[in-house]
Amino acid sequence: MKTVLTTLSLSLLFAAASQSSAVTLTFACDSVGQGYDECQKGANAWAKQTGNTVRLVQVPKETDQRLALYQQQLGARSADVDVYMIDVVWPGLVGQHLLDLKKYIPAAEVNRHFPAIVQNNTIGGKLVGMPFFTDAGVLYYRTDLLKKYGYNAAPKTWNELATMAQKIQAGERKSNPRFVGFVFQGKNYEGLTCDALEWVSSFGGGSIVDSSGKVTINNAKAVQALQAIQGLVGTVSPSAVTTYGEEEARNVWQAGNSAFMRNWPYAYSLAQDQGSPIRGKVGVAALPAGPGGKPAATLGGWQLAVNAYSKNPKEAASLVQYLTSVQEQKRRAIEASYNPTIASLYKDPAVLKAVPFFGSLYDVFTNAVARPATVTGSKYNQVSDAFSTAVYSVLTKKSAPGPALKTLEGQLNRIKGRGW
Amino acid sequence: MTTTPTSARPAARRTRGLQASRTRVALLLLIPMLLVLAAVAGYPLLRTIYLSFTEYNILQDPAPKWIGLGNYWFTTEDGVGLGVLQIPEWWQSVWNTVKFTVGSVLLETVLGLAFALIINSKIRGRGLLRTAILVPWAIPTVVSAQMWNWMYNDSFGILSQWGRNLGLLQAGESFLSNPDTALAALVAVDVWKTTPFMALLLLAGLQTIPSDMYEAADVDGASPWTQFWRLTLPLLTPALLVALIFRTLDALRVFDMPFIVKGNAPETITMSIYARQELILNSQFGFGSAISVLIFLIIMVFTAIYVTSLRVKFD
Repeated sequence: MKTVLTTLSLSLLFAAASQSSAVTLTFACDSVGQGYDECQKGANAWAKQTGNTVRLVQVPKETDQRLALYQQQLGARSADVDVYMIDVVWPGLVGQHLLDLKKYIPAAEVNRHFPAIVQNNTIGGKLVGMPFFTDAGVLYYRTDLLKKYGYNAAPKTWNELATMAQKIQAGERKSNPRFVGFVFQGKNYEGLTCDALEWVSSFGGGSIVDSSGKVTINNAKAVQALQAIQGLVGTVSPSAVTTYGEEEARNVWQAGNSAFMRNWPYAYSLAQDQGSPIRGKVGVAALPAGPGGKPAATLGGWQLAVNAYSKNPKEAASLVQYLTSVQEQKRRAIEASYNPTIASLYKDPAVLKAVPFFGSLYDVFTNAVARPATVTGSKYNQVSDAFSTAVYSVLTKKSAPGPALKTLEGQLNRIKGRGW
Repeated sequence: MTTTPTSARPAARRTRGLQASRTRVALLLLIPMLLVLAAVAGYPLLRTIYLSFTEYNILQDPAPKWIGLGNYWFTTEDGVGLGVLQIPEWWQSVWNTVKFTVGSVLLETVLGLAFALIINSKIRGRGLLRTAILVPWAIPTVVSAQMWNWMYNDSFGILSQWGRNLGLLQAGESFLSNPDTALAALVAVDVWKTTPFMALLLLAGLQTIPSDMYEAADVDGASPWTQFWRLTLPLLTPALLVALIFRTLDALRVFDMPFIVKGNAPETITMSIYARQELILNSQFGFGSAISVLIFLIIMVFTAIYVTSLRVKFD
């Protein structure tokens, strides 16, 4: 018995010793566009440098599905995944299950990133995530088609966009029956919340719930915004846009079947890739504004976080530090058009050469509209779900914007209950 | 003469003792199974029922908080209904599920019966036909749902192409994107996928009908039509009812296929998708459990209606 115990403890010791020298980390990263490959490249570089191994897991494409999965793992205090890539609206939802990175990453390094994002990732004094890349909705347009139909600039208002899209669609349909004017994310999920917040905000309709926690979505400007977008669906946007996520929209656009697209910056490098049918014909501009409003882009972006229950917190934090460093963010910006979270990279000549619009749209990226995640805290997901469902019912013409927003107001107050 | 009763009595006692010990052994052998059943079926069920009376956000709350029937029915001072029974989305999902169930089970039964009759008759290539018909049932739901999703796609899907050729769809439209046809489009996927299962169950039922009955009916000069209504259908009824119950209960808790094809769009959200949304996505274990309990009750009511009104015998 004694010998058995000795050998057992000895082998455990060895296992522990070998683990501290080289560990295997599990990393739940990205899957949209070239996200998986880019994460793999970065993780491999870190692994090579440190002698550890990183196992990348396949994650769902849509952010809601990822959240559902991660919430279950974290709620069960599972140590299966060491490093998570988390959405900008999640720190309030899953923050208490994440490691405080302040203890592992030097303050000088943290302070290099945009303060607003670092602030967003700080929950109760704990830095639960390092900014990995930031995001804001942008308008993609076909430079060749704009020229062909006599336009010399991207549309400034939603009305202009509708007129231009209408004209181009009518012309292109003669040779390509699949051609549409404008594609966006119209499926009932978090992506629609982002798109709809842009419409509402660009009409001056606020941001669903204001910073004091008051439900503000039921207002005349928001009604106008939804009316304008409802008018696009079935005319210049395909009716089936209500089944599109990011990648569905990009597929239509990148096949050369759309004049305009609303999407995140990641779509740029893919559209400009070798073999892309629209290579060299891609323009990027700020999204249009409503009458009297100013353009609005929803703040997106992803952070890297370490599972609080991870068995290898030190190595996991080191991986996070590497992947969010200046050099890795620069590589990702150049190779895959991911927006850095470090201001100096927006002036870097190599970055600007690869992704010219990073320079001209700097203000769009730094002044993006935040979803009401901070104020609604743990109920954000319910709020977003109610909002996107209401907008979806408007897009599918199942309800008119006015009544839909009135119902939504009631619903949000119900979710709010005794307080956020 | 006198020894017979005395020798019979101990024998009887011995048999009784044997029976008792056999019962004991049987019980002992059953205990592991009962324990497993209690662990995998009993405990989760009781826990779900318990949680449905609590407020519990798995991410935020350290432990469930008892709130009685609050998850089912609760009106705040301002007159806002917070209970699941007061929420229109829940009733929408119930209504969607019922429509889906009635539509798909009806079509599957009629088509399944037709297929079963065909592959039960003596036609050439019967073996091949029986195998071929099973293909949709054999494909995993995730795969077939994604396959149909692509076939419905508005820009490259073949079904949208056909729809346009027939003048049913405009460019950029699909049967799935139109809220009026989306549910029917999902029923079509389910019918394609599950009719083979129905056909298989009914085929098994058909094969229990002795062939000499048909020979006798032939001698009596009954037409195939009369034979079907007077012979096949009555004798098939038990199998048909079992198949109907199976499919109805399955359809009532459908989750995977509609979720993959359509996500949580309001026009096609089913009870199970709604439960998942509240349980998993919004991490409200208490509220989500209340929904699960309601689904359980609804399915029980359906089963009770079937079993009593159709007098199904399970023996």
